[in-house]
Amino acid sequence: MNQSLHLWLIPLLPFAGFLLNGILGPRMPKWLVSAIGLLAPLLSFALVLNAYALTSISAASCAGCGPATAVVLPYVETCPHPWLAIGSLHVDFSFVLDQLSLVMLLVVTGVGFLIHIYSVGYMAHEEGYARYFSFLNLFLFFMTVLVLAGNFLLMFVGWEGVGLASYLLIGFYFQRNSAAAAGKKAFIVNRIGDFGFLIGIFLILTTFNTLTFNQIAVALALKTGMQGGVLTVICLCLLLGAAGKSAQLPLYVWLPDAMEGPTPVSALIHAATMVTAGVYMIARTEFLFGRSPFALTTVAIVGAATALFAATIGLAQNDIKRVLAYSTISQLGYMFLACGVAAYSAAIFHLVTHAFFKALLFLAAGSVIHAMGGEQDMRKMGGLRKKLPVTFWTMTVAVFTIAGFPPLAAFFSKDAILYAAFVQGTEGKILWFVGLLTAMLTAIYMFRLWYMTFFGESRTADAHPHESPWSMRAPLVILALLSICGGWIGIERFSAYLAPAIGLHPAVSSTPHLELILTIVAVLVALEGWLIADKYYRRKPERPAQLAAALPIGYKLLANKYYVDEIYDAVLVKPLFAVSQYVLGWIVDTGILGGITWLLAGIANLSGMILQRWQSGNLRSYAAWLMAAATVVLLFVLIAQGAIPMAGPLTHFLGSGH
Amino acid sequence: MSFLQHDVPLTWYLLLSAVLFSLGVVGFLIKRNLITVFMSIELMLNAVNLSFVVFAYQWHEVKGQIFVFFVMVVAAAEAAVGLAIIIAVFRVRATLAVDRIDLMKL
Repeated sequence: MNQSLHLWLIPLLPFAGFLLNGILGPRMPKWLVSAIGLLAPLLSFALVLNAYALTSISAASCAGCGPATAVVLPYVETCPHPWLAIGSLHVDFSFVLDQLSLVMLLVVTGVGFLIHIYSVGYMAHEEGYARYFSFLNLFLFFMTVLVLAGNFLLMFVGWEGVGLASYLLIGFYFQRNSAAAAGKKAFIVNRIGDFGFLIGIFLILTTFNTLTFNQIAVALALKTGMQGGVLTVICLCLLLGAAGKSAQLPLYVWLPDAMEGPTPVSALIHAATMVTAGVYMIARTEFLFGRSPFALTTVAIVGAATALFAATIGLAQNDIKRVLAYSTISQLGYMFLACGVAAYSAAIFHLVTHAFFKALLFLAAGSVIHAMGGEQDMRKMGGLRKKLPVTFWTMTVAVFTIAGFPPLAAFFSKDAILYAAFVQGTEGKILWFVGLLTAMLTAIYMFRLWYMTFFGESRTADAHPHESPWSMRAPLVILALLSICGGWIGIERFSAYLAPAIGLHPAVSSTPHLELILTIVAVLVALEGWLIADKYYRRKPERPAQLAAALPIGYKLLANKYYVDEIYDAVLVKPLFAVSQYVLGWIVDTGILGGITWLLAGIANLSGMILQRWQSGNLRSYAAWLMAAATVVLLFVLIAQGAIPMAGPLTHFLGSGH
Repeated sequence: MSFLQHDVPLTWYLLLSAVLFSLGVVGFLIKRNLITVFMSIELMLNAVNLSFVVFAYQWHEVKGQIFVFFVMVVAAAEAAVGLAIIIAVFRVRATLAVDRIDLMKL
């Protein structure tokens, strides 16, 4: 390990970009802002690529380059000065690069850089250009810290930081009330999750007396019998944190509202990278989850339920970005499902392919919105196929990818997850079935989006759609290529690469027949979904309305997202407001606290009124009091010296005088 | 001052000091004129000075005499400030009766 990878530069470069653009941005010309904003993620990406190249040389252990130039994973970089040293607790600034964090970093900086390029075109005419890029760089800084963190505390710093960046970017159009409210909602809902994460960290601290991932793994490896119990509690707390960040049931409500932010932000933060932090965290702490079957089952159930739940909502949304938001939640559910059946490499595999195709979907949707002059309602689109050829073809790739058609990326990753679920016994079959159902729903709503946006006749007369500038088209094309090829590495090679970091968990039993059958079933289901969407949204466009009229309750339930926001409002928010206003506001604040203050003030006032009689304003009465007090003091001194009776000292003086 | 020990006993000096001090106290308490009150304070200070000197002589200790100088310096400063205040009060109130200088009273 004689070659430094300079890991600390990876987060620091975007941070420098944030500071430069944040402080000097408004006074700099636009091209300089773009240059700084693009250079920071580009250099970070180059560093990550460099790290990848150096480490893969050692992995291949080629003959030409001896072990002298090789960098062995995991590679640790620690700040020599301890960060926190409280009693027996030592926490360092340490960055750990292993296969898992390397894959994640490649996605974060690579996709991040593409979205930065796209933003140059998308945000060109927006107010607050420099502010936008400084926030985007800030996000990359915190995200890389989160990924590289070698202990829970540093990870938590990144965790909170990406939450902050997310909040700032959701509320980017803060003049709009809905954007400001959405930012607040995201922050507050995440806070519930962070509360769980923090409790989990505290429990880990009391149980293992360390926060370093490596040391916890070693401690657990020594205690082979340790299972369930406190570990289950820890894992459930961590799951709560992950569910908050990754928008799982019941904390998913913030993600659809987060679409108030600019579209590239939705692509980067709320689709490709930040929301996958929960999946990454579970994969990172797999040594804990591996010891708690109950927690793992909970993860799987939460994931499967979220996947299905969000997919059904996605069927009835008309806002193009909201459809994609629910699709993101649903796909994140897939990743949780994979984590829950201990198929971490499948989860990370899907995370990577999802980053490609979901970023592509969002960017293409952004291109559509850009072309339509800010219109997001799919009912007002249609017939855009001819007008936006690049957007149409890249979007087509993305739609076929997410639906799971071979040989596109998600086909491989989704199959890996479904297969891993299927081989997990009876409950695994249920999870597999839910996953399959979700896959069909996914195909339906994605093809619905595709048909409504690009096919048929234009439903708005006054729109003059135009293709986006090259800075927006280039990332689309690159991401489309990645969406096509991203899965070709195959789950076997991918999990073999990840194995040193997260272990070879699913005993990938080689039953090619079963795998083939499951694959065919999955593809058929996706095809079925496509056919349904084709029938309802292309050939007979009047049918959806008829169906909605036939099933008014069901349609309303879906269109209104199962009224979850309304239920939360009635069950949680309103009572909380009531308690705050009446119990805390009136009784505690006004009654108890105010009463005590009033009482103290009254006592002070009353004693003042009594004591002021003393202050006669008469000089001689003051002098008399002074005199009396001096006399009393003198008496005390004499008594203390045992000179009472008082004649004593006097006679003594008289006696000595003679 | 060798005559002191032979001719007059120490006790008498102390008694004199006590009498002077008591006169000062009484004057301070009963006189109405501010200047008289002020003079009473000076009387008390000098009574204390006397006992300092007597004790210093009695015990061959120089500290008592040094302390007297401090008291005299403070008394001089106090006289300067006090007389200035008295003049200022007289200009405003046209009286020096302590009973009537009570504007700060509630």
